[in-house]
Amino acid sequence: MLEIKNLQVKLEEEDKQILKGVDLTVEPGKVHAIMGPNGSGKSTLSYVLSGKDGYEVTGGEATLEGEDILEMEPEERAAAGLFLAFQYPVEIPGVGNMTFLRTAVNAQRKARGQEEMSSTEFLKVVREKAKSLKIDAEMLKRPVNVGFSGGEKKRNEILQMAMLEPKMCILDETDSGLDVDAMKLVADGVNALRGEGRSFLVITHYQRLLDHIKPDVVHIMSNGRIIKTGGPELALEVEHNGYADLIEEQA
Amino acid sequence: MALPQVKQTATDARLAALSLPEGGWSRPAREAALARVQAMGLPGARDEYWKYTRPDTLTAVEPTSAAVLEVGDEAPVFGARDRLKVVFVDGVFSAEESDDLALEGLTIERLAEASDIHWAKDLYGTLEANGQTPVERPLAALNTAFATDGLLIRVTGKVAKPVHLLYRHESDSSDAILHHVVKVEEGGDVTLLESGPAAARFNKVMEVDVADGAGFHHVRVQGRDHERRAATHIFGRLGTESTLKTFTLTVNGVLTRNEAVIELTGDDAAVHVAGACMGDGDFHHDDTVFITHDAVNCESRQIFKKVLRNGATGVFQGKILVKPDAQKTDGYQISQSLLLDEDSQFLAKPELEIYADDVACSHGSTSGAIDEEGLFYLRARGVPRGIAEDLLTIAFIAEAVQEVEDESIQEEINELVAAWLGRRRD
Repeated sequence: MLEIKNLQVKLEEEDKQILKGVDLTVEPGKVHAIMGPNGSGKSTLSYVLSGKDGYEVTGGEATLEGEDILEMEPEERAAAGLFLAFQYPVEIPGVGNMTFLRTAVNAQRKARGQEEMSSTEFLKVVREKAKSLKIDAEMLKRPVNVGFSGGEKKRNEILQMAMLEPKMCILDETDSGLDVDAMKLVADGVNALRGEGRSFLVITHYQRLLDHIKPDVVHIMSNGRIIKTGGPELALEVEHNGYADLIEEQA
Repeated sequence: MALPQVKQTATDARLAALSLPEGGWSRPAREAALARVQAMGLPGARDEYWKYTRPDTLTAVEPTSAAVLEVGDEAPVFGARDRLKVVFVDGVFSAEESDDLALEGLTIERLAEASDIHWAKDLYGTLEANGQTPVERPLAALNTAFATDGLLIRVTGKVAKPVHLLYRHESDSSDAILHHVVKVEEGGDVTLLESGPAAARFNKVMEVDVADGAGFHHVRVQGRDHERRAATHIFGRLGTESTLKTFTLTVNGVLTRNEAVIELTGDDAAVHVAGACMGDGDFHHDDTVFITHDAVNCESRQIFKKVLRNGATGVFQGKILVKPDAQKTDGYQISQSLLLDEDSQFLAKPELEIYADDVACSHGSTSGAIDEEGLFYLRARGVPRGIAEDLLTIAFIAEAVQEVEDESIQEEINELVAAWLGRRRD
């Protein structure tokens, strides 16, 4: 599904190398987790994959189902099936959540040569999906993420994911700022989307999210590289011993 | 005091080319207005109040020619609404295109035809004359003196459907001077819609007297003929517990100066003056607002949003004057521009002058580019850059559009803006 080879990235504004050769392959239907300390490059990886400005790819490649995504515009990557659940979902005053969702769904459909969703069909689908995420009609009417609590913002991300039905979902610290109940709700939303060949890359600091979203593979990232790969037990090891041992081991 | 020579010459030349209409009952007001113009002189480039907008094409003897825009099969603005339609073509009332001027709760007459002794006699030119201090507005006085047509609307009840003034521009060289007077009697309530480019050059004054407990709602969509020029004034006077809300959408037009001069004279009254403009290229848009609080516990809001690109210029001069006895005043003023490139500019002069000690007045003015974070977020969800920019642009002007009370009109305004943005993109 997602194949990253020797990806090297630096910040455009300062001459600072963030990713120093990342190799990662996420197979269809699998859930991979990336853990790592602050500043290891996890969020940079998610931004580079989704096409945010400000990063320069200095080497390597990233493909989604064999297609080079690094040359695509962010909207093309989205239409190709890539989805980033933001660590900090952006507030957009003045744009209604429903307008936003519908515009996004139909833009992707159009890009894929599919017919646009009618407003009645859209309403039906969005209400159903919102309900399972405990997103009420009021939240759907409000401007995108404006006045949302941390938990509401993250649920809104998952709603977008559910509506857009991407193939490859990247969750960037989706657990940050969530209490236990909210995390469960978000995890349930993600789990409901698992399967059908859909892959996930879950970026997190802590093991606790992985109790709810069980990964197939766990990677540890440090200093711009993946330094260790293993099964779910690797996450538990980090939980007990921290990152220091692993990093030392690598050095 | 004698006028500067340049100004005297320009004023004389312009006045020489005009003739005072016979006017009947309005004749004394017209003569007084002419005297005001002669005393003030027409605006010149050196006038402080015209520092950001060049008045020369507005005061010239002949209008600059302006081509009529072919809009093809676009649906006319407000066209689907149940309303009383009054059409002016190049500044002349068109009986055959207009509806019958009869509607429950109001009377409408043409200024050019109104009978001899008239209710409007006490109002015509009165609010305009009041509005000449402390700042002179000579183009409005010129209008009072020489207006050739316009409507006299007297509202006595709550009017069920809006009155729609539709201006059409047919001649490349038309020069229209229209003057409307609206008197909303106690308890009356009316919505007035205006749309369309009126002429190659348009000078319009609207005097609105809103009595105690009355309401006046005004929504205007200024025509987007690229080359047309317009100078408009709204003079408003508000009685106790009355409301005046006016919103203007301007898309295109090489030069627009919209002035609103409002006086709150009765307690607990509210005035909202809002505007959104979209300018591209050779576009100059000036909102000049002067609100005087002269009563207790009144509210005023000024909300202006300008979207500018390709060297377009936006101007805002907004003032709140709070007189010594206007305690408990609640004044708010915001002017913001969205500059879509580095060639465009926004010039803002917000002013507060407060003589009462128990008031809340806030004001702000900002200029900025499109929000990159929001843009990336939308694009990351698959919304193409152009559409994402449009969404953010519509969001930017939302605060102004929301000042329109009727939500269906808000929607229509948003659709107009979306269509305009869409045409830009294609």
